[in-house]
Amino acid sequence: MTEHANHQNGVEPATFAFAPDYLRQAEQFIAKYPPGRQASAVMPLLDLAQRQHGWLPRAAIDTVASMLEMPPIRVQEVATFYSMYVHHPVGEHHVQVCTNLPCWLRGSDEVVRACHDVLGVDPGSTTADGKFTVAEVECAGACVNAPVVQIGDDYYEDLDYETTKKILEALKRGEKPQPGSQTGRQCSCPAGGPTTLKKVAPATGGA
Amino acid sequence: MPKLTIDGIEIEVEPGTTVLQAAEQLGIEIPRFCYHERLSIAGNCRMCLVEVAPGPPKPVASCAMPTADGMIVKTDSPMVRKARKGVMEFILINHPLDCPTCDQGGECDLQDQAMLYGCDRGRFHEEKRGVQDKDFGPLIKNFMTRCILCTRCVRFATEVCGVPDVGAIGRGEHTEITTYLDRALASELSGNLVDLCPVGALTNKPYAFSARSWELRRTESIDVLDAMGCNIRIDTRGSQVMRVLPRVNEDVNEEWISDKSRHACDGLLRQRLDTPYVRRDGQLRPASWAEAFAAIAGRVKGLPGGRIAAIAGDQADCESMVALKDLMTALGSDNLECRQDGARVDPSVRASYLFNSTLAGIEAADALLIIGANPRWEAPVLNARIRKRYLTGKLKTGVVGPRIHLTYRYDHLGEGPAALKEVAAGRHPFFEVMKHAQRPMLILGMGALTRADGGVVLGEACKLAYAAGLIKPDWNGFNVLHTAAARVGGLDLGFVPGRGRGLADLLADAGTGAIEVVYLLGADEMDMTRLGKAFVIYQGHHGDAGAQRADVVLPGAAYTEKDATYVNTEGRVQNTRMATFPPGEAREDWKIVRALSEVLGHRLPFDTLAQVRSRLVQVNPVFAGGEVTHAAWGAFGESGTLDPAPFLSPIQNFYMTDPISRASATMAECTRVFIMAREAQGTGTHG
Ligand code: SF4
Ligand code: FES
Ligand code: FES
Repeated sequence: MTEHANHQNGVEPATFAFAPDYLRQAEQFIAKYPPGRQASAVMPLLDLAQRQHGWLPRAAIDTVASMLEMPPIRVQEVATFYSMYVHHPVGEHHVQVCTNLPCWLRGSDEVVRACHDVLGVDPGSTTADGKFTVAEVECAGACVNAPVVQIGDDYYEDLDYETTKKILEALKRGEKPQPGSQTGRQCSCPAGGPTTLKKVAPATGGA
Repeated sequence: MPKLTIDGIEIEVEPGTTVLQAAEQLGIEIPRFCYHERLSIAGNCRMCLVEVAPGPPKPVASCAMPTADGMIVKTDSPMVRKARKGVMEFILINHPLDCPTCDQGGECDLQDQAMLYGCDRGRFHEEKRGVQDKDFGPLIKNFMTRCILCTRCVRFATEVCGVPDVGAIGRGEHTEITTYLDRALASELSGNLVDLCPVGALTNKPYAFSARSWELRRTESIDVLDAMGCNIRIDTRGSQVMRVLPRVNEDVNEEWISDKSRHACDGLLRQRLDTPYVRRDGQLRPASWAEAFAAIAGRVKGLPGGRIAAIAGDQADCESMVALKDLMTALGSDNLECRQDGARVDPSVRASYLFNSTLAGIEAADALLIIGANPRWEAPVLNARIRKRYLTGKLKTGVVGPRIHLTYRYDHLGEGPAALKEVAAGRHPFFEVMKHAQRPMLILGMGALTRADGGVVLGEACKLAYAAGLIKPDWNGFNVLHTAAARVGGLDLGFVPGRGRGLADLLADAGTGAIEVVYLLGADEMDMTRLGKAFVIYQGHHGDAGAQRADVVLPGAAYTEKDATYVNTEGRVQNTRMATFPPGEAREDWKIVRALSEVLGHRLPFDTLAQVRSRLVQVNPVFAGGEVTHAAWGAFGESGTLDPAPFLSPIQNFYMTDPISRASATMAECTRVFIMAREAQGTGTHG
């Protein structure tokens, strides 16, 4: 059974209000949409609330709903659909392992195993020191470089057991590993380098 | 207009018709779960797959596929059958297959369609998902593991109820239907969710595990718990009404009924009067019919007619009212009253007390002024029609009366008669809105008409109707919303006092002793202390206020126990049908009056229902039935001073408005959950 229906984790704040600088950003998002279409700003507002609070409490859903004149259940639907919104406190590093079909075919089981070996926890739990939360998520939208893990705002791609382990250990030491493909692939080029348009000088940069 | 071929038959349809609707026009049934003709299209169950050419070489969802010219549709090809089988297999992966213990069994879309498209064994060996049950309130039992996520309930709550508290949260296999924060769904129409849910996820809570659909006897009838005359089906087993369901009538209730109409039926078993009673030594004691009649005769015989009065209650049927009227006339009395709430409606102009635009007419209206009514509580299904029209964006609504949550937006013009006067005099901007509308209408509620100055309010409304152009050759926008099912019938057959008198006069006379005998025909919603020392005869079905005050009680039949005529607020003549027998000694009401007339020496000249009904037609040809007829317009209402007090709805608790709903345990539970809890919080419809 899933637990997203009942916000009963014992740490729900009674109220939520945007801090001034978050509120300013929220207003900017709302202003982007024509009058009567404020509901379009629901996702960025939820994201702001989560950034402010660390996770998304129910009170924040109510706040966003009333700011956008939406029925709270509509906001809750959005907030529970995307695994990027979390409804309970998470560790400093939120390790979101994609286990959807393409990632699974490309070895996400190994990634999960690496998490277990390095952090000692399985998806759905947080390490005792509160530093890492491991979660299993649906398609992260980066299947081309499967398997994929999202940690905080960064994507780590083309993973296997070893590279996952390295990344997690680096994080443990307080370092910030380089995000992006771990096999050196450029963006989502074919593995092993471009097969077409070879004469065109590739643009620099990119993850 | 696109012309297409479905299963080899050519058909031309309106542009915008979907393939599923076109097939339906040809009588070809396509299985479906999420599609419902009164809700928006979701297209998420995929049960309605068909093969369409030209188009992609895969089956398409016919409910969401618009028809196009030259389309060739196959609804029963091998590919279609295989695809639907596949869909069914997927749906059943997570379904518990617990039909033997499921209340929906026997009337379940999933069960029926699984007979056609299901496999005889499953290929899914993993664990099925489990879903925690939710709280949908005292009327809806849920078993969310059975849910197939068609989202009909979400769309119904959002679109029809206007109470957007149901949603689908989570994603993929983890999706669950829930109410927001797992709170009871606070809509007066919530019971309809049970009918809409194609599986056994949402079922009727009070009826849970009490009967199987195939054991029930069905009787088509009419609801009388408000004045809309919703068409219902009464399901009975033996002598008990097990449940009440809506019947489709596009002109009246489409296919909805309110929670009170549906769930007050347990009140039919409680507090029933099943034998006559006579008061002796201050105590009501059971008696035989002969004793009861003798007690009445002893008091009435020899009394001048002017000293007798009769008051008909909110659920009195036309047959018993005409019989009682004839009896009273024979006794020499014109002290009749069918407006126990003192409503100042004018019985002489029929158009002055009808919902002239008709209920379906709401869907043509483009401006609406609600005066002293809370349609959400007085007629929830009518309110849903207003909301339906509002959702098209073509209706502008104004309200004079309490500020309540009506499920649509409106301009609040004021609380009381002052605002109405402003509009009627053309001094308020809303007057212009009405004036420039094509189909403007007003709804005048009992909150405005039952006041002492109700006649003046009626006059102002009449003035407004003229001034704002509500009366056109092909449109009458003047509407009275009644709350009593008996009211229009009573007015139609002239169950009103002679000599221009009203309820207040009758009660004053009873108080002074000028009226010595009062016959209450199911009248319970009045202040019994105002009857003074009068000898009170109460004929009705429940031991409520009237019976408590009575000196003689005559046990009558509830609306489920008689073939009776009611006229709804728009003037539609409809009949209830006997679904069960009245309990014990109780009898059909007109028969009681007929029997009493004989004892009183004024034998009424009818012995059969057909004869009473022809008497009704004799009194007023509208009782011949048929389509709702246009009532002639004329001037009405009084002039005088208006009391500045705000209009208040006559209904303070939607769930308990009459003897049946007051006797219902289910309605008591709804009152506790929806009215008392909310009053404690200071929110709710009056918030
Ligand atoms: S509860 Fe019933 S109506 Fe609602 S989504 Fe589930 S199956 Fe459909
Ligand atoms: S399946 Fe993992 S990113 Fe799409
Ligand atoms: S009925 Fe067409 S997809 Fe559900």
